[in-house]
Amino acid sequence: MTPDLNRDELHKNERHTADPRGVLTGIHFMDGDHACCEGALAAGSRFAAGYPITPSTEVVERFAARVPTVGGTFIQMEDELAASITLQGAVWAGAKAFTVTSGPGFSLMMEHIGYAAMTETPCVFVDVQRGGPSTGLPTLPAQADMMQARWGSHGDYEIIALCPNSPQECFDLTVKAFNLAEEFRVPVMFMMDECVGHMTEKVVIPPADQIEVVPRRHTHKPVAEYLPYGTNGDLVPEMAHAGDGYKFHVTGLTHDERGYPNMTPPVQDKLVRRLQNKILNAADRIAMFEEEQIDGADVVVVSYGITSRVAQRAIETARKQGLRVGKLRLITAWPFPETKIREQAAKVNAFVVPELNLGQMVREVERAAAGQARTFPVSHAGGGVHRPEDILKVIVEAGR
Amino acid sequence: MTDSVNTDLLNPVVNPVEAFLRSDRMPHIWCPGCGIGTTVNSFARALIDSKVDLQSLALVSGIGCTGRVAGYVKLDSFHTTHGRAIPFATGMKLANPKLNVVVYSGDGDLSAIGGNHLIHAARRNIDLKVICVNNLIYAMTGGQSAPTTPDGSTTSTNPYGVFEPAFNLPHLVEAAGAVYVARWTTFHVRQLARSISEAFQKKGFSFIEVISPCPTLYQRRNKMGDGLDAMKFYKEKSKVRNGAPTSEVGLTMTGEIVVGKFVDRERPDYQTLMGAQYTHALGDKYVEQPPVEQETVCS
Repeated sequence: MTPDLNRDELHKNERHTADPRGVLTGIHFMDGDHACCEGALAAGSRFAAGYPITPSTEVVERFAARVPTVGGTFIQMEDELAASITLQGAVWAGAKAFTVTSGPGFSLMMEHIGYAAMTETPCVFVDVQRGGPSTGLPTLPAQADMMQARWGSHGDYEIIALCPNSPQECFDLTVKAFNLAEEFRVPVMFMMDECVGHMTEKVVIPPADQIEVVPRRHTHKPVAEYLPYGTNGDLVPEMAHAGDGYKFHVTGLTHDERGYPNMTPPVQDKLVRRLQNKILNAADRIAMFEEEQIDGADVVVVSYGITSRVAQRAIETARKQGLRVGKLRLITAWPFPETKIREQAAKVNAFVVPELNLGQMVREVERAAAGQARTFPVSHAGGGVHRPEDILKVIVEAGR
Repeated sequence: MTDSVNTDLLNPVVNPVEAFLRSDRMPHIWCPGCGIGTTVNSFARALIDSKVDLQSLALVSGIGCTGRVAGYVKLDSFHTTHGRAIPFATGMKLANPKLNVVVYSGDGDLSAIGGNHLIHAARRNIDLKVICVNNLIYAMTGGQSAPTTPDGSTTSTNPYGVFEPAFNLPHLVEAAGAVYVARWTTFHVRQLARSISEAFQKKGFSFIEVISPCPTLYQRRNKMGDGLDAMKFYKEKSKVRNGAPTSEVGLTMTGEIVVGKFVDRERPDYQTLMGAQYTHALGDKYVEQPPVEQETVCS
């Protein structure tokens, strides 16, 4: 079975681009939070539900100001539990929707990330990461929610997570996040950090006709033929909206292709494996990374988000010292690009993994390397960024 | 339908509410004597009476015995997470205002874990019809105390008797801002259907509480008999007092059950206020949310 064939065949000749009314085309000097908001509008999102939390609030503040001028709705809910399910009600009514939060709020949203995964509700959760655990460091950066993004809700499921490292990417990858959500009918985690969110840089927003958007997999089937969770060889079902006339049922309970609850191990097995496989089978296609001087490198620095920009300095300094150092920046964190890491592991001596946590994605690098190359973490508890010399020290050690 | 008894086994009388049910999901999970099915019957009759467009009607439930209603009605129906039916319904209504959105859930789901959403949706006056089946207990999980369990009764988590004061739900939602508040029991099937029909005529947050028996857990543990005994109890103890001050309608274990329509008032709903505010603040720059493109489906 080739899960993506039908979709590709169907839409081979169709190219959908952004609605110009939501696109602020031009060259801007903008922070990452605002760029993320513009990305959501460009992607066609006209609905956000939020709850204020530093350092993410600027995203929805801008959305609240912008959306009444482009035709849409922002509602500030009473808490993150509400925000994270309100957006899903909007999706089933036909909207592209998202919410925005930071650590403590992200923790509260976990149940609804599971609900979105189980009901295959396409949506985006933006997490502008700050120091934790608990209230932690509200105004200071961390990258310590990376495992929570992947594993935070109970049960087996897969999500997609992207990590921007600049305001420009906060725009570009937010559009991508919405597109992936629609293509795979999955909640997409947009894993920013406080630095990227509050950093102001040049952001180029292209004309609407140069921004590709993926439309909803909205079913056109006759009522009698429509199965809400039937997949026709493609692992991603077509979606109906409330009011279309299908009189369909959606539940967080284990369900069959009709969407009806079914509490049996075979139905559970079929459903949960499909939820996993629709993402895992496409992992290599979803994987996005930036690489530099990988070929012939002895040491490869694997990083993401703001840390990749600090690591850049360390890498360049190491090269000046004559070390052969490659750079691999993860843009997709989940599904973890393990094919890429495994292939590289056979060719290099070591990976160095700096991140603003005490060791999260480094575990994945080590797992994918499977003993073929050594793995060196460069941990940081958050609240600031690494000093380039701390990363350099580990690169030198790894190169020995 | 005729008044005479139908004895033709090959052409049985079709129950008029069957068209509103997913017959392929029967039998349902509710216990003998449970009142939830009775409320669904009244709901279906209200849909017939009020001629609501079924295609644009969505029903949202939370978790629990009443949460299962979403699975049995032949409507666009959403069985959400525990306590969160109201915010899900809020998103649905705001994203497509043409939808008629009903929240159908239990007392524990709506007033305990979902209590915050209940008061804020009433405050905002979101145009939702909330039907709260109050069986005075957490039934799906085996008979634990709810915020509605009357003082003096016994539950699995208050084995020595409930001592927490219970919520008076009509009083709560009226104070928070609901425009329509009524209470009936499952003995009052016609009055309940009429209240649901009236709620469909209201624009804003409507709340209908239905006192409903739980013979398996609440009544058994409290030696209050079976489903039929509950009907006798409701008949004996209920007193219709339309317009009663909601501060005076709190429930006790064995006392009077005040039923009726308590609140019916006008207050602009959330979307009306939102549109007015944006028009006032933005003038020509305000762009109304365009209507949702619906699929036109053929059967």
